[in-house]
Amino acid sequence: MTSTDQPKRGDATPAGGNAAGGGRSPQEVDQVVIRFAGDSGDGMQLTGSQFTRTTALMGNDLATFPDFPAEIRAPAGTLPGVSAFQLRFSSFDIHTPGDVPDALVAMNPAALKVHIGELKKGGILIVDQGKFRPNDLKKAHWESNPLEDETLADYRLIKVDLQKLTRETLADAPLDTRGKDRCKNMFALGMLYWLYQRDPDPSEQFLDAKFKSKPDIAEANKKALRAGYNYADITGVFQVAYRVKAATFMPPGTYRNIMGNQALCLGLVAAARKAGLRTFLGSYPITPASDVLHQLSTYKHHDVVTFQAEDEIAAVCAAIGASYSGSLGVTSTSGPGMALKSEAIGLAVMAELPLVIIDVQRAGPSTGMPTKTEQADLLQAMFGRNGECPLPIVTGSTPADCFDAAYEAVRLAVTYMTPVVLLSDGYLANGSEPWRLPKAADLPPISVRFAQPDDHPGEKFQPYRRDPKTLARPWARPGTPGLMHRIGGLEKRDGTGNIDYDPDNHEHMVHTRAAKVAGIANELAPLEVLGERQGDVLLVGWGSTRGAITGAVLRQQAQGRAVSACFLRHLNPLPNDLETLLRSFRKVLIPEMNLGQLAMLIRARYLVDAEPVTKVQGRPFTGEELDAKIQSALESCA
Amino acid sequence: MTATEPLQAKDFKTDQEVRWCPGCGDYGILSSVQKAFAALGKRPDQTAIISGIGCSSRFPYYMDTYGFHTIHGRALSVATGVKVANPELDVWVITGDGDALSIGGNHFIHTLRRNVGIKVLLFNNRIYGLTKGQYSPTSERGKKTKSTPMGSVDNPFRPISLALGARATFVARSIDVFGAHLEAMIRAASAHEGTAFVEIYQNCNIFNDGAFKSFTDKPVRDERVLQLEQDKPLVFGKDRNQAIRLDGDLRPEIVTLGEGGVTEADVLSWDEAAENLALPLALSEMPEDTFPVPIGIFHRRGRATFESGVQEQLQAARQGRGDESLDALLQRGETWVVGD
Repeated sequence: MTSTDQPKRGDATPAGGNAAGGGRSPQEVDQVVIRFAGDSGDGMQLTGSQFTRTTALMGNDLATFPDFPAEIRAPAGTLPGVSAFQLRFSSFDIHTPGDVPDALVAMNPAALKVHIGELKKGGILIVDQGKFRPNDLKKAHWESNPLEDETLADYRLIKVDLQKLTRETLADAPLDTRGKDRCKNMFALGMLYWLYQRDPDPSEQFLDAKFKSKPDIAEANKKALRAGYNYADITGVFQVAYRVKAATFMPPGTYRNIMGNQALCLGLVAAARKAGLRTFLGSYPITPASDVLHQLSTYKHHDVVTFQAEDEIAAVCAAIGASYSGSLGVTSTSGPGMALKSEAIGLAVMAELPLVIIDVQRAGPSTGMPTKTEQADLLQAMFGRNGECPLPIVTGSTPADCFDAAYEAVRLAVTYMTPVVLLSDGYLANGSEPWRLPKAADLPPISVRFAQPDDHPGEKFQPYRRDPKTLARPWARPGTPGLMHRIGGLEKRDGTGNIDYDPDNHEHMVHTRAAKVAGIANELAPLEVLGERQGDVLLVGWGSTRGAITGAVLRQQAQGRAVSACFLRHLNPLPNDLETLLRSFRKVLIPEMNLGQLAMLIRARYLVDAEPVTKVQGRPFTGEELDAKIQSALESCA
Repeated sequence: MTATEPLQAKDFKTDQEVRWCPGCGDYGILSSVQKAFAALGKRPDQTAIISGIGCSSRFPYYMDTYGFHTIHGRALSVATGVKVANPELDVWVITGDGDALSIGGNHFIHTLRRNVGIKVLLFNNRIYGLTKGQYSPTSERGKKTKSTPMGSVDNPFRPISLALGARATFVARSIDVFGAHLEAMIRAASAHEGTAFVEIYQNCNIFNDGAFKSFTDKPVRDERVLQLEQDKPLVFGKDRNQAIRLDGDLRPEIVTLGEGGVTEADVLSWDEAAENLALPLALSEMPEDTFPVPIGIFHRRGRATFESGVQEQLQAARQGRGDESLDALLQRGETWVVGD
């Protein structure tokens, strides 16, 4: 919280608490970070997304970070089963979901154990008191009850027996005890709605819609939500409520809150429709990319075909087949699936067919940490194929930016007749932020021209006759009279496409395929730079590190330091103006959630002493971590 | 050539030099396919031939249609994408025993169960030819090859049994040197909606010469091959007096008509549409050395194709909210407006 008022320390107990809070007017703050944590069965993701939705509709800027275990339901009350959702909302422009929460809701001792270390000192800590029985404490490895000793003395501890209060609220509801207990997350949400002066109406509408066929459950959840709100109001348990005004910096327009995977799907469909193409997604379920398959399967009326294949290889191969027959082939996966698709991607490079390969990266290697984020597939995307096998790589940098990244990936794929890797990551995929909706008419045009029988009258069709500017080959749709031709993975003669093992031809083709991809750099817009185009320290970011880098760089600039940042949309080819920019700073830092993969590419390409700033914890950078790195880089410049 | 003139086999030939070994069974198959395509009046521009890797997979280069020579084992997956994205196309897959049953085994069974409208010609020579002579998943146990100098300890697949188990809707077998029969099977496959699977015994005269000689040689052919024909009794032999009968345990046995009072009425009358897969499976599993080798259509049944299901859903979705503009799609969900 950047408010001047430091929250008071204390242990407010609900029972018999005075009603001081009820009467006092809410305190204005410009931002809040809250985190919900509980068992994976406690409904924390739903609770968090409801708070987010309400907050978006109230016009705040926001950023979210869901953090959940790979296990669907780990044993209840244990540390591996803890699921969390963090939300930061504000009246000003923010770039990350925040590092340390101002408020933590811990639904059990395990959630408390996992997350208490990150709550800011003096922060509000709401715990479900009824869940701190000896056995619960034991499962979470607490040796004594933290609610009864000094463990939590640094926080504003609010002990609430959510289960008891929810059961009392729902005494007359026609649900069994288990059903009643499942409403306690709504009781907690209601309390937080009061604490941060949120409007409960949108959530009530949501509950009505979600449980349309189960009105008893809808009613019970709404009742619990209202009871939680009223409980906070009447008991004064929080002493004071907070208000965060709507953000005023946002450009005019229509907004919606959007997650990265959602934006990515919309970008694909928008681009395919602009290009007049059918979209064909071949996919195999994998965390954290499955939502792409789920969402695209609901867009059939926008001419989207989704094919859940028997494996990752069939998924990409079917997409290649669809592209061959004149559709936009797309495949979505995460790192392990990328590895399986490698050979087929090589075929698409060789056959020079458009294809979009979405890699929503997760922590590796191997199965790694499926629900945790990482950016360690860059070199796999770059080099993970046999032979000289270049392809363009683009990336999104915020959840909403995944729309533009997907749009660009499609544009490149069909313009240059090439597979394109679109790198997202778990943090972008599941995080959310407000998105100003583009108008379809304002989106850049994507023109696709299929080869026609009369393109070159009197000549036999040449499947590798290239466009002199883009070096793209023609896209001839099977079914077109007179253009019958054969393509494949064998080396072929440029122009005719006939199989050809001639040494000079192979060298020519390897160089041509490379030149086609490299040539994309010539049409890229100049890099946008956050700050001056020269100075002491330049941070180069790609993907989801953008938020943390932006925050850190703005803090440095506010102190008058010559620190700038640029963010790469295109990782291959790198933009033509990058080299000059790199050489215009005394120090270049490249923060990435891997061991320095982009740094390796940039150092190799430019012989610039770019320094990697790495983190591989399955979690994004915090502002503090970057502040320290920039600080020491500045010192080395001095 | 004009659209009105009927095509001939030569119209499907390309200018590419055919690079199979002289004497390879693939030549005969290529010829049968070209003849069948011409007889069926196929249009080259509406036809796509997809292959994987292996000797057989060079096939598309020799057919003047649309063709895609893909990667090892994945032809069926690529073909699925071609057919589902563009159901109007006539899509054929040329594959081999290694390509379809070893590296591509997963795609083989899943394509069959989905019943995608693809015609699959599997050239089974029971050996790896292009990699120069290792045993394949259809090689007999004990086979001595470059990679199994003491003999293979693998048990082979029977592709027909595998296809039946994967619930294929069209399962047939023919032989490279049985030109007329092969052509008939190709035509039947072409007429089938859904996945049509044709296993073609093909002689590799370099690495597995004579693999099928014991029943394909002209002098023994009639005695050793059983032609399955719809509603006809399972009779074989030069004198047409040998037949297949099922005993009380549904085990096939060879009987001689006219001996012991056995008449045609006692032997199986072939029904390729039988719902009970025990019958075609029993024939597929008959030991090759002691029973005649069945060729023809083992099983054929109608079932909705995968691509028709996909198309129906696309149409239903369009009727549901087909008028949704791109702007309306982007604005779906809850939005709010920030004013000027």
